[in-house]
Amino acid sequence: MFAEYFSLILEFVKAFAVGGLICAIAQVVINFTDLTAGKILVTFMLIGVVLQGLGLYQPLVDFAGAGATVPISGFGYLLANGAIRGAERGFFGAVTGALSSASAGVSAAVIFSFLMAMLFRSKSKKS
Amino acid sequence: MTGRNRENYNKNYIDYVNSFSPPTKHFKNCLHAFGVGGLICMLGQFFRFFLENVFSLSGDELAAGTSILLIFLGTLLTGLGVYDRIGRHAGAGSIVPITGFANSVCSPAMEFKTEGLVYGLAAKMFVVAGPIIVYGVLAGTLVGLIYLFL
Repeated sequence: MFAEYFSLILEFVKAFAVGGLICAIAQVVINFTDLTAGKILVTFMLIGVVLQGLGLYQPLVDFAGAGATVPISGFGYLLANGAIRGAERGFFGAVTGALSSASAGVSAAVIFSFLMAMLFRSKSKKS
Repeated sequence: MTGRNRENYNKNYIDYVNSFSPPTKHFKNCLHAFGVGGLICMLGQFFRFFLENVFSLSGDELAAGTSILLIFLGTLLTGLGVYDRIGRHAGAGSIVPITGFANSVCSPAMEFKTEGLVYGLAAKMFVVAGPIIVYGVLAGTLVGLIYLFL
């Protein structure tokens, strides 16, 4: 019983540590270069794609769970993973695999953003 | 004082300006990013745990469900104006997690709603997130093709 709780807490701590570390690395990059938020997001997403393409991101996901999948590099991991699994089914799968694995996130972002934009008014533009 | 045209200024003048500008708190910045980013990821881990044990999801459905919940939370907090306030202190801690991606989609959509539903809200929705999807699809497809021909 105690061991169960301990392993559960350990999972949360690992997610916190790895996720926080990725964000802290991004903050260091922002502090010492002139990269804007958009470029940081693209860079970290591409790092995720390349690492998973080399098979290096999967161990991090197995270790940290949401700590590795929630940062934007996890989005790149998802794209690469979908493409790799699609490639096993042939050419068509290799081309469609990336976006179909990311479809949940992209669809959710579009649907919820549309709803929120309908419901709320932007604070910075008072018209 | 950063930028490519730094060399064009007189060095004494740069030193003079720097003596008045407050020092960048690198360590404090990183600590905030670590804390907030870590908390968001821990929330994601909680959602994973919740969906796995209450709705008995697994594999792809579990990952998708976690992303959808976090994206919903990100857009809701953006709509309420809370996320921008978090971002002012957290920096990369609020940009890099998937909630930051949701914020980057939702924020321009809200901002440009006044310019119409087609050329305002819908067209400007992907002004920041568009490049992520463009280069993500390009790189992902490239990985897929490499694995296909290997």
